Amino acid sequence: MPVIKKDVEHIAKLARLKITEEEAENYTGQLNQILEYVEKLNELDTENVEPLSHPVENVNVFRDDKLKPSINTEDALKNAPHKDDQHFKVPKVINQD
Amino acid sequence: MNNKYEAVIGLEVHAQLLTDTKIFCGCSTKFGNPPNTNVCPVCLGHPGVLPVMNKKVVEYSVLMGLATNCAINKKSVFARKNYFYPDLPKGYQISQYEEPICEHGYIDVVKSDGSAKRIGITRIHMEEDAGKSIHDRGGETLVDVNRCGTPLIEIVSEPDIRTAEEAYLYLTKIKQVLTYLGICDGNMEEGSLRCDANISIRPFGQKELGTKTEVKNMNSFRNVERAIDFEIARQIEIVEDGGIITQQTLLWNADLNEAMPMRSKEGAHDYRYFLDPDLLPIIITDSWKNEILKSLPELADARKERFINNYKLPLYDADLLTSEKPLADYYEEVLTVTNDYKSASNWVMGDILKYINDEKISPKDFPISPKNLGKLIELINNNTISGKIAKDVFPEMLKDNSDPELIVKEKNLVQITDTSAIEGIIEKILNENEGQIKEYLSGKEKVLGFFVGQIMKESKGKANPGIVNELLKKKLEERRD
Repeated sequence: MPVIKKDVEHIAKLARLKITEEEAENYTGQLNQILEYVEKLNELDTENVEPLSHPVENVNVFRDDKLKPSINTEDALKNAPHKDDQHFKVPKVINQD
Repeated sequence: MNNKYEAVIGLEVHAQLLTDTKIFCGCSTKFGNPPNTNVCPVCLGHPGVLPVMNKKVVEYSVLMGLATNCAINKKSVFARKNYFYPDLPKGYQISQYEEPICEHGYIDVVKSDGSAKRIGITRIHMEEDAGKSIHDRGGETLVDVNRCGTPLIEIVSEPDIRTAEEAYLYLTKIKQVLTYLGICDGNMEEGSLRCDANISIRPFGQKELGTKTEVKNMNSFRNVERAIDFEIARQIEIVEDGGIITQQTLLWNADLNEAMPMRSKEGAHDYRYFLDPDLLPIIITDSWKNEILKSLPELADARKERFINNYKLPLYDADLLTSEKPLADYYEEVLTVTNDYKSASNWVMGDILKYINDEKISPKDFPISPKNLGKLIELINNNTISGKIAKDVFPEMLKDNSDPELIVKEKNLVQITDTSAIEGIIEKILNENEGQIKEYLSGKEKVLGFFVGQIMKESKGKANPGIVNELLKKKLEERRD
């Protein structure tokens, strides 16, 4: 099933990317080429092959419920473009009245 | 409620697990710390960091599954749920999607008419909590990441619930199980237990489901009941007026007592779940499962049965005492001091529960220790004080958990059981009330109550009522010519 321009616009919206008409056309073609290439895999018979979830075979990698030092607020906020003494600041998100 | 329609309700319950550290890093889960202090590069979502699973979260989740009759999946995996919101720094929430840790369970609830109802549990999965957005301070939204990465389990019910009452009972039962297991404190007001409801209606007899709405933001058990009743009524009204239900999310407003559509900038959700490559599969072997099963504590229903069998309590008492684990724990602590099971039950269900409810505190914070309450009961049972005096001692104990034996001694409240002392009081009262003696002797037995009252008053409540009754009758008969 080929990708159409509407799909690209939807994906861009979900990723919060602003793209031009021209870019949307361009990506639509590129995405279809990539999908076509991956289609090749369908030539293989995978009837009896378990889907691979992870490339390594390890399982059950855990840590104990033990406290480790956190970093301080100043360091935590260091990379933030907008902040006050204690918080990250972002444009007003209105989710409810 | 309109009897042409039935409601179909499913609940999604989020429970914060009582671990010391977050699900994927060693930061504290402590509530109420200053903003952005329980944070590290992992929960701040910095690039290149790796989450490592907290083993206790797995064990707690399996415990909940076992306690709610779920199948524990041998293999379970984590997935990324992708969406943008400022309180989710990574841009995705690590959750479970296709292979959750527990599935296909159920719990039973008992309705007010006495009938039992089984409500299915579709699945229980593990995930991380998001941070907190603060909208009400100035023109910008503030973000606190402390809560980000706090371990949650989401318990998803089957759409088996038909009424607000059933939803309330289901949620209460889930809380009871969580708190008995000691894996969540179950506090809806503080958000450690949260509940969303999916609600639709259909005419009775119709198989296919109506369009559903989701109601969120119900932050108390009573609000869940109210919000569901509100939404059912709203949907029925729309359908009755020939309208169509639109699928949407509503937020419950407890002040206005109504649910209002949530205004969201984003359209339909498209979470694009995919396996999280940073986290390896979890395999619950039979031996691990059995080990966890061994740590499963006695749950409320079993405890209730034991209270009925061992302490010979009526069902009502056993039900109430075991409704909350701390209350049942308190009761059993009292029994280390006294064997009077029923008196202990009466005190706990009566004066103590009233105090706890009035003050809105946990039984754990009740000022009188169970040992001292047991002592008070023993003081009554060994005739040191009367039950009436005990009701005066109790408020004294409430002040500072004083030893009732000391209070009784200091205030000189020891019961008078000395018959000659009581006889003296009786003689005094009889001599002052010749008229009433005549009434009694002419057959008006009710006058006896008057005499008992006067005698108790004269003794400041300290005369043993049994001895008073016995001696009084004897003394009155002696005056019969």
